[in-house]
Amino acid sequence: MIRVAIQKKLGAFTLDVSFVSGAGVTALYGVSGAGKTSIVNAIAGLMRPDAGHIELDGITVFDSTSRIFLPPERRGVGYVFQEDRLFPHLSVRRNLSYGQRRSEGHPQPSFDDVIDLLGLAPLLERLPHRLSGGEKQRVAIGRAVLSRPRLLLMDEPLANLDTARRAEILPFLERLCRDLSLPIVYVSHAIEEITRLADTLIVLDRGKVVAAGPVPAITARLDLSPLIDRGDAGTVLVGTIESHDTRYHLTTVAFDGGRLVVPAVGGPVGAALRLRIQARDVAIATSVPTGISTLNCLPGVITELGTGRQAHRDVQVNVGVPILARLTQRSISELGLEPGRQVTALIKSVAVERTDRSAD
Amino acid sequence: MLSPLEVEIVLLSLRVGFWAVLVGLPLAIAAAWLLARTSFPGKAVVDGLLHLPLVVPPVIVGYTLLVLLGRQGVIGAFLDNVFGISFAFNWKGAAVASGVMAFPLMVRAIRLSIEAIDRRIETAARTLGASPLRVFATITLPLALPGILSGTVLAFARSLGEFGATITFVSNIPGETRTLPLAVFSLMQVPGTEAAILRLVLISIAIALAALVVSEYLSRRVAARIRGTPP
Repeated sequence: MIRVAIQKKLGAFTLDVSFVSGAGVTALYGVSGAGKTSIVNAIAGLMRPDAGHIELDGITVFDSTSRIFLPPERRGVGYVFQEDRLFPHLSVRRNLSYGQRRSEGHPQPSFDDVIDLLGLAPLLERLPHRLSGGEKQRVAIGRAVLSRPRLLLMDEPLANLDTARRAEILPFLERLCRDLSLPIVYVSHAIEEITRLADTLIVLDRGKVVAAGPVPAITARLDLSPLIDRGDAGTVLVGTIESHDTRYHLTTVAFDGGRLVVPAVGGPVGAALRLRIQARDVAIATSVPTGISTLNCLPGVITELGTGRQAHRDVQVNVGVPILARLTQRSISELGLEPGRQVTALIKSVAVERTDRSAD
Repeated sequence: MLSPLEVEIVLLSLRVGFWAVLVGLPLAIAAAWLLARTSFPGKAVVDGLLHLPLVVPPVIVGYTLLVLLGRQGVIGAFLDNVFGISFAFNWKGAAVASGVMAFPLMVRAIRLSIEAIDRRIETAARTLGASPLRVFATITLPLALPGILSGTVLAFARSLGEFGATITFVSNIPGETRTLPLAVFSLMQVPGTEAAILRLVLISIAIALAALVVSEYLSRRVAARIRGTPP
């Protein structure tokens, strides 16, 4: 459990945040300059806030009133930086083991587990300059994890990598987040990374927390549209596998609002899944349509109309859980859509984001 | 090949240079680290004082040492009475004079290489649980090694050539303080010694070249190890 309540004046910018985060992955999201890095630096002990309190697992690491400020090496906080920051004169193996000495009494995860998880075995004897960008960042992640921290901070670990390298590392990060029982604070301004990795989402704007909660609830909030660049991300749903249809290669997933049929996914019945529905893949019908190829037609109620952006507006539909649909302004007025209206949401495609932690 | 007298002069010079560098090095590393990585009131003054031997006439440095460390000197009398250590007119005094003159060169080279180290790497080490002392020993020092090596060689060469401060502080005593430059100077006072002087000049050049070659080789190897580029 992490409790953060800090203030810091940085030139014209004032950071004033307060949040609590628990197990799993907590994402700090916001545009650059929102104060994300300052927060993780304060948690790590690399920046001293003007006032406030930081508590990790019941241990106060910073408190301005009682003048407590633990130096970084005594906080038990791992940090993966934007740049790899590997030690250039040490082999990968010695980089990885650099932080291990503080870890007595925490045998998990073992050196071999982390090597396996991050695919580092072939790299161990190399020097950092002989690694690609993606490999370097994997080593940096392994090094931080092997120091067996109470908490792992990751400050946009993928930001300095190109798309291909990012795609290479994301699966490793997913496994790490899922397989290690290590609370992680993940800083990012890329919502796609957050919807794949995070459980809790904290949205920051100009040094303040503007929203905090589970990822599905936050991604479905229309009022955050100006802050969250959803891009291709859409809304996140959590469900469990109900049945597999081997004939048509489909899987039925149950969620709070009903059932969705998705292209076959691996995993036993009962396994938890995270699904993503893009707003532009959702259409709205005012009557139950017949003779339609779309498999997923969910009854729902319109709960909120977003503010217009040229031709399109996002509409929030509650189908048991809120999802967003991107409609033209014209459709909205011609169909007379307004909050409270019973509709059918036609979901053209559903992306399976990941098998969720609770599946294990 | 070398006459017994020449051997004596060379060995004395090497011994003076060796001790001047050996004792000066840890102090130079500490001073370089303080200047590169900390800020404290009066830092500019300390920086200036450290550089003083580079800019004041060597004879002034030698005279100051004589006043401070001579047998009647403030510090010299104390060291003599309490520890029985004397720097007056012996080779240890010559080493002190050489060391003081070479110190700023060592500090400069080491400081530059410490300043060139990415501090973010040191910060990363702290987040991995390393105390500032461990960061210094395992990250800063190894990464500064090329500068430490070149500073050491530079200081050693400077020590071998030290003349003014040495002759002022500990005089020119054969077998005790008469290093290579002082021996050349002494021979020049005697007519008909051109051949002997030429031999000492060649010996000096040979030692200096050897030191340069060794240092070049070592710093290439170290730099290759750190940056990973093949030597």
